[in-house]
Amino acid sequence: MNFNIYDFTDFVNSINVWLNTVFPPAAADIAGFVIIGICFLTFITLLGLSLVYIERKVCAFFQQRLGPMRVGFWGTAQTIADIIKLIFKEPLVSKGSDKFLFNLAAFIVIIAPFMAIAAVPFAKGLHVLDFDIGLFFITAVSSIGVTGILLAGWSSNNKYSLIGAMRSGAQIVSYELSVILSLLTIIILTGSLQLSVIVESQRDGWWIFKGNIPAVIAFFIFIIASTAESNRGPFDMAEAESELTAGFHTEYSGIKFAYFFLAEYINLFIIAAVGATVFFGGWMPLHIGNFEFFNNIMDFIPPIIWFFGKIAAIIFLIMWFKWTFPRLRIDQLLTLEWKYLLPINLVNLLLMALVALSGWHL
Amino acid sequence: MSETVFYILSGFIIVFSVLTVTSRKILRAAVYLLFVLLGTCGFYFALEFNFLAAVQLTVYAGGIVVIIIFSIMLTSDLQDKLEAVQFRKIFFSLLAVLIGAAVCITTILNHSFPQVTDKVLDSSMRTIGLRLLSYNEGGFVLPFEVISILLLAAIVGSIIIAKKADSK
Repeated sequence: MNFNIYDFTDFVNSINVWLNTVFPPAAADIAGFVIIGICFLTFITLLGLSLVYIERKVCAFFQQRLGPMRVGFWGTAQTIADIIKLIFKEPLVSKGSDKFLFNLAAFIVIIAPFMAIAAVPFAKGLHVLDFDIGLFFITAVSSIGVTGILLAGWSSNNKYSLIGAMRSGAQIVSYELSVILSLLTIIILTGSLQLSVIVESQRDGWWIFKGNIPAVIAFFIFIIASTAESNRGPFDMAEAESELTAGFHTEYSGIKFAYFFLAEYINLFIIAAVGATVFFGGWMPLHIGNFEFFNNIMDFIPPIIWFFGKIAAIIFLIMWFKWTFPRLRIDQLLTLEWKYLLPINLVNLLLMALVALSGWHL
Repeated sequence: MSETVFYILSGFIIVFSVLTVTSRKILRAAVYLLFVLLGTCGFYFALEFNFLAAVQLTVYAGGIVVIIIFSIMLTSDLQDKLEAVQFRKIFFSLLAVLIGAAVCITTILNHSFPQVTDKVLDSSMRTIGLRLLSYNEGGFVLPFEVISILLLAAIVGSIIIAKKADSK
């Protein structure tokens, strides 16, 4: 087994070869699926635990508090204690609710990010689903999640849940448009939706630098729209706690509540991953054109560290938004999308087409 | 392997199709419909028509089913139940379904499907994009533009309908 931190292709291939020698072909495929599944489940669990901890700490520091400090060193074991509590809590079902849809909604909400995360390129060769519709696939499967939110609100038999679900449905459906259009702006330059090709096209510089002004505008729109699409503050009207208790997941408790919570954080990760891949080169180190000396130094840092570093930076930016800006009203939110972001986006798309045709990008 | 996947998906689609039409709670019927559409999407993935599969997901699962659920949420109550269907209606619709199924099955069984080996359809994203916007032979730019104008008209029309009347 030749493990290489810079290129996982051989490592993954050697695991595949080893599986094929141990099992018959069909069983080898299934064993491969199981291994990938276990890897992702472990990764998602760790991701959820650490992101909740990070969010609480970041929030605390913005508010000049210390945040969780008691459990473990600097409160690092706090989220583990939380998840143990959530597992042992009774999953309540409110009276008069539609039990089947109530339980199903939690699963639909979490299935969408589980499917999307499979298409994320983590490093060279460390990429589960790499087909030519990559980016389209991520946006397509993410759109299933809204069904779960609507069902959760409706089946809870609670007016706060219902209002929260309606708001969040309207919000997600409208902001999805801006997310896709802002990504399309960069797709004009890459000429492909395949994520590995998009990463490879940034070998001589990231698109945010190469793509001229429209790329920067597209990135700002992407960050705003995807924060709104994932129902995070300052766009979290869906669960505005001062008016709607907790929005669409008011009636959920125990492990089912944890599903909604986990789904929100995986969505945050996916947004950051897509943003990092399309605008900041994914796992590609920072390269400047043909400046070989600089490029070689940057190549020395493993791609996986680049990838998670970029994601951490974007997640921090989104958290910064959440704890800085006050919450918008629902009509302000929809006005922002339909009267400002969408027209800017469409003009920006044309501008990018002009830039690409005239060759003004690098 | 692909045969197993086919049978699993077919079973999934048949079960949920039957549930869609027999369920007496309208939102549950909508959710079963969502599962049927997801199963169809699974077929497209199994056939390696990835683009079509993703379109199926965005348009049906993410678009149409959400609109159906929205309209149900706005018009009906959680406790609402559709009334039980009369026996006569069940009998005649079942008859119609069986006749339709018989016609389809006999046609399929009598048709000899020639095996195509020489030409594999190129369904990559790039080919689809180029064909959609090409005006040469085999290009689809005219229907593409006609459909986009139709959609634009539909969007403008729906805004006019949804708009509040001027307060004059």
